[in-house]
Amino acid sequence: MTRHRGRGIAAVNYPIGMNLGGDPSQALVHSNPSGKFTVALSSIDLGQGMKSVTRQICAETLGVPVEDVYVDTADSDTGPHCMGSFASRGTHRVGNAVMAAAREARGVMMEAAAEELEVNAADLETDGRGNIHVKGAPHRSISTKDVAIAAQFKQGKTISGRGIFLVPLSDVDPETGEMSPATCYAHACMVAEVEVDDETGEVDMVRMDSAYELGRALNPRLVEQQLVGGAWMGVSHALYETTEPHYPDPVHGPRDFVEYLMPGPGDICPHDIAVLERPAPDGPFGAKGPGEMCANPVLPAVANAIFNAVGVRIDDLPITPEKVLRAIRAQGGARPQARR
Amino acid sequence: MAKTPLQFRHNGREVAIFVDGGTNLLVALRELIGDMTPKFGCGQGGCGTCSVLIDGELHLSCLTLAETVTGRSVETLDGIKDGPNLHPLQRAFADNFAAQCGYCTPGMLMAAKALLDRNPSPSRDEVVEAISGNICRCTGYEPIINAVLAAASGGRARA
Repeated sequence: MTRHRGRGIAAVNYPIGMNLGGDPSQALVHSNPSGKFTVALSSIDLGQGMKSVTRQICAETLGVPVEDVYVDTADSDTGPHCMGSFASRGTHRVGNAVMAAAREARGVMMEAAAEELEVNAADLETDGRGNIHVKGAPHRSISTKDVAIAAQFKQGKTISGRGIFLVPLSDVDPETGEMSPATCYAHACMVAEVEVDDETGEVDMVRMDSAYELGRALNPRLVEQQLVGGAWMGVSHALYETTEPHYPDPVHGPRDFVEYLMPGPGDICPHDIAVLERPAPDGPFGAKGPGEMCANPVLPAVANAIFNAVGVRIDDLPITPEKVLRAIRAQGGARPQARR
Repeated sequence: MAKTPLQFRHNGREVAIFVDGGTNLLVALRELIGDMTPKFGCGQGGCGTCSVLIDGELHLSCLTLAETVTGRSVETLDGIKDGPNLHPLQRAFADNFAAQCGYCTPGMLMAAKALLDRNPSPSRDEVVEAISGNICRCTGYEPIINAVLAAASGGRARA
């Protein structure tokens, strides 16, 4: 029995949002008389942090503290329309819609403040701490709470804004067949190192080194969290998860987490991540979105690493010990490839 | 069917309820006592998110018959904070971004607490071993392990 080390590389060019566009998202922003703001979305936070990121985008655009913004993603029956949380589109599509809505709401807020301070709205600025003051004269100031109260009870105005972001559906050029699949691309590269046991066919992850270019990281800790966890989802797709061998009849499929495998805490290996930021021209504050891309390069990198380790090329996921072992036997033993 | 009276300590408080025969502890805690901190995950003992401490020992509440805790002490995530102050493990989870969707978090915290209560300065391997019965679908094990180690090295683990 020998355990063979192998290293594989993969790089991806990842389009943000639905291929060919045509996937709008809407957002509504309004203040209540306490001076706090609510963002209404139908987009859902699955744990990727979309609530936090849209909250930051809204607060930054309005010029108010992040604590003063509440994000409500409760209900697609009553919320503004959204295509959904998929295709790495949350930060980019929804974020842009939130930004547009917050910009409109900020316009009304500044007008309402101008009326209270008896100045021109163009001469006002926000301090990011919940106050609006005359440029160059911070003592000529009013809190966003007092503006909200004045708008509601004196001026009879709603401080609110509407936003939508749509990448128009790309048509096919009848002459050339050309189309524009996406307006915004993120990029990733991963080197995976594995150890393959030629007696059992088992594959262990040894380490991962990756670089992700995802526009501006609006919340670096959330980005890191998503990249760390997402890479392991990629490993899981590469090596563990399947409804087979009993597909297509689900009756014989996995019944529990002993039969449906996922990585556990004992499986993880060191993973070094470099985040590169090249702001996207059409992203909110330059953001693209890590999303699915954090799992994508892992699958080919692991498959390549297995080839490098034992010389078998498996093109059918997940790469189970049985498949590795059968392939090694079929070629008459492990054939480690050159290591670069 | 006759219900069975059941008395036990729930987070330090004496409770008395009536349960149907065969009711599991998870259902008793959530539906009869109203403590929603233990989560229903797989209901088969495979995911760990329903974990609670019974007399200080880690158990899967979905596989524990409620009647077996008579006279015993059951501790859930709801009971580990000290008034308004978070437990050091909860603080470390927040500081280390150890929750994403958060569904595994109650079980992870209880498994980690069981570990730190008996071993205040565990090694990394001991932390991995302690949470190995808990699945995180966001696969964020690394920050979870780091958070438990941070809580342990902060020397505040026995709050």
